[in-house]
Amino acid sequence: MAYGPHTPADRQRMLAALGMRSVDELFADIPERLRSSPLRLDPPEPEQLLMNRLAGLAAKNRVDLASFLGAGAYRHFSPPMVDQILLRGEWYTAYTPYQPEVSQGTLQSIYEYESLLAELVGLDVVSASHYDGAAATAEAALMTCRATGRGRVLVSRAVHPHYREVLRTYFDGAGLGLEDIPLVAEGPERGTTDLAALERRLADPENPAAGVVLAQPSFYGLLEHMADAANLAHAAGALFVAVVEPVSLAVLAPPGAYGADIAAGEGQALGIPPQYGGPYLGILACTEPLVRQIPGRLVGMTTDVDGKRAYVMTLQAREQHIRREKAASNICTNQTLLALAASVWLSALGPHGLRDVAALGAARASELEAALAAVGVARAHTSAYLNEFAILVPNAAEVHRELLRRGVLAGLVLAEAVPDEPSLADTLLVCATEMTTGDDIATFAREIGAVLGDQAGSSPGVSAPKAELSAAGARPEVARG
Amino acid sequence: MVPSDLRYTKDHEWVRVDGDTATIGVTDFAASQLGDVVFVDLPAVGKAVEQFATFGVVESVKAVSDLYAPLSGEVLEVNADLGSKPELVNSDPFGDGWMIRVKVGDAAQLGELLDAAGYEKLTAEA
Repeated sequence: MAYGPHTPADRQRMLAALGMRSVDELFADIPERLRSSPLRLDPPEPEQLLMNRLAGLAAKNRVDLASFLGAGAYRHFSPPMVDQILLRGEWYTAYTPYQPEVSQGTLQSIYEYESLLAELVGLDVVSASHYDGAAATAEAALMTCRATGRGRVLVSRAVHPHYREVLRTYFDGAGLGLEDIPLVAEGPERGTTDLAALERRLADPENPAAGVVLAQPSFYGLLEHMADAANLAHAAGALFVAVVEPVSLAVLAPPGAYGADIAAGEGQALGIPPQYGGPYLGILACTEPLVRQIPGRLVGMTTDVDGKRAYVMTLQAREQHIRREKAASNICTNQTLLALAASVWLSALGPHGLRDVAALGAARASELEAALAAVGVARAHTSAYLNEFAILVPNAAEVHRELLRRGVLAGLVLAEAVPDEPSLADTLLVCATEMTTGDDIATFAREIGAVLGDQAGSSPGVSAPKAELSAAGARPEVARG
Repeated sequence: MVPSDLRYTKDHEWVRVDGDTATIGVTDFAASQLGDVVFVDLPAVGKAVEQFATFGVVESVKAVSDLYAPLSGEVLEVNADLGSKPELVNSDPFGDGWMIRVKVGDAAQLGELLDAAGYEKLTAEA
């Protein structure tokens, strides 16, 4: 389908048909003060100068770092065929096909995405799709309220802090209640969700819970007791929501296997490069009894009048173009192009390839743990992890800045990401994937050992950057940011 | 012709009162306007419904509509057959296509409903 913007002549013809002279007349019903004022933009620049300016901005990106940052977005190898297929113009259609059956190819791609994800999460129904993992998690929590007729959801403090913020935004607006489930404070399970506390919070007959939300792996990389949590939720008549990282499902039990009613998660790891602000891909899946509660597009396979295979948008009565304000959600978009990227990536890897990716990441992470331990840097927790874990680092924020100067992105400063979790002061959250090289790990271990050694020798300050590293191209302006 | 022993809402629900039990469904007019019904979402047994408030949702191939309770009361029974055979709403709206039975809270509420003649007048104007 060709895309061309309206020409001034097109606009004149439309206005003439409406008996109007100007676009302003069309919007005359909107009070003046509510209309947008003209954008104040800089004067246009020649393309060449503009390209130079953009290149200058892009050059501020650091691509030379040994990166150990995950925390919800993960680097994975994406074969060139993924981008190549996305480049085809046929995919660039209106983002929500309201007259969808003319675009059988688009519907087939959505159907394949749903089928692949359903297999991965082990649930019956997958919708395509949502903005990101946070939005999908919020929708999952809202589903539990609609399905149970209750208005209180319990969310583990080991769910991504950004997701919990989005949940609060959705729930405050809807007048629903959100409660934290604390983390285990001591002992070998510390840092995981406190299931005894969950059980106590579920035992309130006056205020029964609609849903329980846990992440696997947790934001801190730890493996949770999902089956136990699901059983506790179900015993109290609540639904269980698993927030998952899709690549991990190649080696971990899928949500369907431990009794989750709904799975939500960030689909970025499926072949979409980590990038500032997206676009990302929200995964949302559920069991069949909840199918009318799930928001987002659902595509089904059927036969046409000639008995040939055909794809249709199905159960549209849940959606806002039919149900308006009573739709399952008025905050959902169909990230078809990203869903397509995920489908192509999964197809390119196949089940064995995906398992290799997950297993390699786990192996690299355990190499990383050993290398860090050898220079005296220990994990902050003791229970099992997959490919991400927190490490204990005195003056974590300062050490993180110093390591950036030395060419290492040492994960995430947890005290900054989760300021309300005092047990995480002096910790960094680090991750490894199949993209992490042995050299990266050796560099990280050597540099953090040196930084901590300098720190111990010349406390309280951190030593100045070494001259040879500055000369090697480290850009201090990024380190300051 | 609609059954003369029933009472009706302006939103096309009917109610049949038998002792202190009221059976509730939608009229043939509603069913024909909706088209083929594919799903009926009904409240759980034990739930309280309130007169003229939403108690469920009926979904057809072309539309979705809320269901409004003709009377207040507690849900005693829901028509489980509609789960697998929602088309009963079309084929027998006043009979096997019934939706819920409620324990009547206040029989005086019947006075706020239309009788058969009043309802026929309403649909004739529609």
